[in-house]
Amino acid sequence: MRDPILRIEDLHIEFRTSRGVIHALQGVTFDVMPGEIFGVVGETGCGKTITGLSVLRLLPRSARITQGNIRFEGVDLLKISQREMRSIRGGKISIIFQDPSTSMNPLFTIGFQMNKVIREHLKFSREKARERALTMLAATGLPDVERIYDSYPHQLSGGMLQRAMIALALSCEHSLLIADEPTTALDVTIQSQILQLMRELQQKLGVAMILITHNLGVVANMCDRLVVLYAGRVVEIGESRSIFENPQHPYTRGLMSAIPAPGSRGNRLSAIPGNVPIDPGALKGCVFAPRCAFVMPRCLKESPVMFHLSKDHASTCFLAERGDLF
Amino acid sequence: MLMNLQKAEYILRRLLTSVFVLLGLTVITFFIARVVPSNAAALYIGPKARPEDIERVTKLLGLDKPLPVQYLVYMRDVLKGDWGTSISSKRPVLQEIASRFPATFELLCTAMIIAVATGIVVGVISAQWQGKWLDILVRAASIVGVSVPAFWLGLLLQILFFRNLNILPLSGRVDSDLRFTHPIMVTTGIYLIDAIIHQNWVALKDVCLHMILPALTLAAYPASLIARMTRATMLEVQSQDYIRTARAYGLKESFIVYILALKNAISPTLTVIGLTLAYALTGSFFVEIVFNWPGLGMFTVRSLLNLDYPAIMGITLFGAIGYVLINLLVDIVQTWIDPRISLS
Repeated sequence: MRDPILRIEDLHIEFRTSRGVIHALQGVTFDVMPGEIFGVVGETGCGKTITGLSVLRLLPRSARITQGNIRFEGVDLLKISQREMRSIRGGKISIIFQDPSTSMNPLFTIGFQMNKVIREHLKFSREKARERALTMLAATGLPDVERIYDSYPHQLSGGMLQRAMIALALSCEHSLLIADEPTTALDVTIQSQILQLMRELQQKLGVAMILITHNLGVVANMCDRLVVLYAGRVVEIGESRSIFENPQHPYTRGLMSAIPAPGSRGNRLSAIPGNVPIDPGALKGCVFAPRCAFVMPRCLKESPVMFHLSKDHASTCFLAERGDLF
Repeated sequence: MLMNLQKAEYILRRLLTSVFVLLGLTVITFFIARVVPSNAAALYIGPKARPEDIERVTKLLGLDKPLPVQYLVYMRDVLKGDWGTSISSKRPVLQEIASRFPATFELLCTAMIIAVATGIVVGVISAQWQGKWLDILVRAASIVGVSVPAFWLGLLLQILFFRNLNILPLSGRVDSDLRFTHPIMVTTGIYLIDAIIHQNWVALKDVCLHMILPALTLAAYPASLIARMTRATMLEVQSQDYIRTARAYGLKESFIVYILALKNAISPTLTVIGLTLAYALTGSFFVEIVFNWPGLGMFTVRSLLNLDYPAIMGITLFGAIGYVLINLLVDIVQTWIDPRISLS
């Protein structure tokens, strides 16, 4: 078996706020294989974005990594110097953010911003970097790339900007791309085009991708494997097909039944009652227990551990362990 | 191409509004100047005016005509370059202003250059060290800078640097002995430039020494305001997504702060610079008196005390034109920095 390109082990992240410490991640563990699309799924506030940012060491000032490690291509990212980290950011790992209209600097042209990054990491000349940027813009299906190169962000639509962002994210021969809700801020009609494009380019360039999303439908179409996070913990992890065919955690099941199915017009969408707890660290037992339809007395007292159903499918639910969920 | 057209249109539009602003201003100053002096003709002649003289001068100055007519006549004269005659000196107002303007201009420019340079640098540093002792120090100093009156600060500096340390001159633009030893040939009226043009290095040194205290006094307020503004906008800009993107793509921290963030932070700061210039202009009146600086400020104060209304109107109009021009310039520079501006 190949070595994973990224291995996150037992990652704990805390936020220090004026109202005390909030445990945002508690022991998140997963591997990303080279060349695969790996989904990170969960509701708002479950720790998806924090996980993505922690890989690039871009956490907000109030956040602290208290435990665990992040290994990228065998290097512990939490131990290397700022300088080394800087060459990995944008050089080996790149990221696409949710809202393209705010993630590009409004006062500089697309070309200036791409050019600078390419020169920084590939040590190209200005002219060669420009060619590279134009090639990448064209690869994302943008028309009239020379004009777009000289455009300011406000002159492009959201979809065009996100294409430019993808061009930037793939311009430096990266080996890992983190896409944090890359289509959430876009028009519905454009979302599938962008996802399609990302998959095409991902396969062509052979880059591994972490797709962070709250949308299980997106994950089902795109990902090889996925992890479902809830309140800063892994609740289910494995091959996407296996998870979709046989979800082994009540939360995953809840998420799946919240996807509107085609032809289900008129039926009310089911929703998981309740909200993600603000500080899951304060809870005893299973973090999902307060919202779980299958809750048992045991769930409120003990924390379930990861139970492996097969080589590549695991869940943290007592029911999965007993095989009782279905 | 399209951008440039939009930009040109925007600038043209701003120019037009500026003209209207100035026109409105002349209406206001004109009517105030006609209403405030109880009897302009009597004022013109002096304390021992006889009734028949007053009548004659009233006719001579056109004060017997209806106010709108007087305004039109006034506007015609203003456009022709005839800004009236000073009551106290009996010389043309425009000439009076022109002869004093270079001194004020020189002081104002030096002060603003100091203010902008220190304000931006200090503001950026303060933002980078947010919450640390340096930042706290800068914030405290800038509060002092905006609250201390200019004349008081001027006196304080004079006591410290002239009386106690005796390293800087007390007042004036040049040392009086210099007129005989190394006289400055006046070409532009701006001594710093004149001294350089005529390679009068002794005079240049003297002019610089005389400039330090008044320029610092005048710079204190705008520098503090610009520093506070720069700090605030830098902090705001640095929390933006695009700065996170720049970090996520491994760009150098210095490039992120001084190019990517600062360019975004400079726009609001620039607006403040345009506005503080008005404060600096009024501030210069006090500073000029404290430092015996032969500029417009002294002239203004004298005109106000003598109720020399043509001079007051002239100075007001002149100041307004300067102010409108500066703000126009700021707006044009803004379009160059921020491509989104010409769209709104």
